[in-house]
Amino acid sequence: MSHLLSVADLGAQGIEEILRLTDSFVEVSERAIPKVPALRGKTVVSLFYEDSTRTRLSFETAAKRLGADTMTFSVGTSSVKKGESVRDTVQTIEAMGVDAIVVRHASAGVPWQIARWASSVIVNAGDGWHEHPTQALLDCYTIRRRLGSLQGRRIAIVGDIKHSRVARSDVLAFTMLGAEVVLVAPPTLLPPSLEGWPVTVEHDLDETLSKVDVVYLLRMQLERQREALLPSLREYTARYGLTPRRAEHLGADAIVMHPGPMNRGVEIAAEVADLPNAVMVDQVRNGVAVRMAVLFLLLGSGTQLEGVDRG
Amino acid sequence: MAEAAVLVVTGGRVVDREGERPADIAVGADGRILAVDPSIEPGGAQVLDATGCVVAPGLVDLHTHLREPGREEAETVESGSRAAALGGFTAVVAMPNTEPTVDNAAVVSQVLDLGKRGLCEVFTAGAITVGREGEQLAPMGEMAALGVRLFTDDGRGVQDERLMRRALEYASGLDVTLAQHCEVESLSRGGHMHEGAWSSRLGIPGIPAQAEELMVSRDLALVELTGARMHFQHLSTAGSVELVRAAKAKGLPVTAEACPHHFTLTHAALAGYDPVFKVNPPLRTDGDVAAVKRGLGDGTIDAIATDHAPHTQETKEAPFDEAPCGMVGLETALALALTELELPIERVLALLSWQPAAIAGIADSHGGPVAVGRPANLCVIDTGASWVVDPARSASRSRNNPYAGRTLTGKVRHTVLWGEPVVVEGEAQR
Ligand SMILES: [Zn+2]
Repeated sequence: MSHLLSVADLGAQGIEEILRLTDSFVEVSERAIPKVPALRGKTVVSLFYEDSTRTRLSFETAAKRLGADTMTFSVGTSSVKKGESVRDTVQTIEAMGVDAIVVRHASAGVPWQIARWASSVIVNAGDGWHEHPTQALLDCYTIRRRLGSLQGRRIAIVGDIKHSRVARSDVLAFTMLGAEVVLVAPPTLLPPSLEGWPVTVEHDLDETLSKVDVVYLLRMQLERQREALLPSLREYTARYGLTPRRAEHLGADAIVMHPGPMNRGVEIAAEVADLPNAVMVDQVRNGVAVRMAVLFLLLGSGTQLEGVDRG
Repeated sequence: MAEAAVLVVTGGRVVDREGERPADIAVGADGRILAVDPSIEPGGAQVLDATGCVVAPGLVDLHTHLREPGREEAETVESGSRAAALGGFTAVVAMPNTEPTVDNAAVVSQVLDLGKRGLCEVFTAGAITVGREGEQLAPMGEMAALGVRLFTDDGRGVQDERLMRRALEYASGLDVTLAQHCEVESLSRGGHMHEGAWSSRLGIPGIPAQAEELMVSRDLALVELTGARMHFQHLSTAGSVELVRAAKAKGLPVTAEACPHHFTLTHAALAGYDPVFKVNPPLRTDGDVAAVKRGLGDGTIDAIATDHAPHTQETKEAPFDEAPCGMVGLETALALALTELELPIERVLALLSWQPAAIAGIADSHGGPVAVGRPANLCVIDTGASWVVDPARSASRSRNNPYAGRTLTGKVRHTVLWGEPVVVEGEAQR
């Protein structure tokens, strides 16, 4: 693996390998000094064209725990605002001597374009509506920790699938690992075509909840109402929000997931978000370990992994 | 021959609207054909060898973006006309979406003047509305007086029905043709590729086929209402082709064009997010490609137009949703048609030469037939030659060519413009 652009490039085997390695890094993260020198001397740059403090901090924490140096290319204060092209920015960064560029961009495909020009390793930290592969990996890891395996599990992804990079990556990853995925959304928030997607579609959340092991709620962007994709957020919540009453339909072992940040009271009620089977905090914690595994696989070598049991 | 020939094209097979025959062609100093005979002694005239080649009337492109004035870094009239000549075109109709817009006599004159130094004859379309803003009719009469025969807001369709009706009525009084870029913007807005399986997978906002078809359908209704003549530009969907087919069957005075990329590429080409494949109307499905091919084969679509749309590398390297639409096409159109369409060469030449010449209103000087007294606007095609597309070798200032590395069959050997060999052995002469 030379870059991490899409979950599709990993295949089930690649995902398994990362998840196995993640176990080791979870163990590292639980130590008193949660650091290993596996990537000492390497430099990882965060190139974030779109604000996402959570994802950026997660990657930077992962890199630091592996002993790498980190840099942030802050687009808000840079020449990019003055119209510098992505290619020029990448070339400037590379001239400073970097090993990996973690890129987030509001436009789909930018990591693919950069990978054609760059000589360093490119990690897709979210591109437009398209993909967010490390999110899918941490979601798989979280489900596995809670439920043992994804094989044969039924997972409902609820909400704005159309504009969601998380949903696209999750559908790929979950189904590759043997889960069944059902999408629950109003038709205006589904992609125009689901040709080739290994999913089923349901419009009734109540019907679905009692039959699934995982309910994965997506963040509802408030502007969808302005774009006439929804009559109102109130109606969305009434039909698709995970209210305490709806949550009662969930099986005893079923878990609730959300990529964050949550709109409490819109797609998820505050009380539900705080239930013990809501695993959002696990998702964040596992995110660091998964990203350590990804950076290690892309940048490290076996001999550098001192003190870590590759299990 | 009383007059001495200055140029003789020897050894070729002439193919024009009258059919096919082996013949040599002699051209006089006035740029007109002096003789067409089975064998002509060149004497002191320059000889163009056409052995084994088809000698055809020069090709005519109804839809070329020359970018001048305003975007000379992407193309100029001169560089665009050179690319056209290398592609076998002896005439192009420049689109009016320049900066400033070709929406008045002054800009028309500017483009026509620049064209006089070109390697093909440069005609220009005028805008239907001032600034292509869709609000006020442009002075079509003053532009028509300078020879403009085609009007379009290309890059945009005229959104307002009432204004389009008036434009059609007004145009019919000037004996000019309105051409429409069919796109209902309230449906296409925000989209960057065809809406369907690939846009869904790639997470790119889509443009549904219906954004085009609704305007085709609306304009057909307006043609019926006004009786005016109308030309549909770059049809890309099966539905559009079907609408035009039905309209022609009803006898409506409409014509249509399609672009090489719409019969050779599909939306699957966007899988790698390369903006070189970003074009408007967008690349569509296999079914749409098949329908466009059928339309070209059965006469529903009258012309192949390039929609040659040069863009600099810097602008095309932007993120996909920010990159401009368009691809170059002048140098590959003929070869793509010969390679991909499975039509006899007379049909391909009808689509690329005499039919577009008639739509452009320039059939008196372009599109043949190859006969004594006619202007010597010719191209000589080696139909068997195969070649590999190399954007770096293009005469265009821009390199946004989606066919890089593709092997095509059929190459322009010579192009003759009013008797002057502007391309000889595949090389531009100036
Ligand atoms: Zn157009």
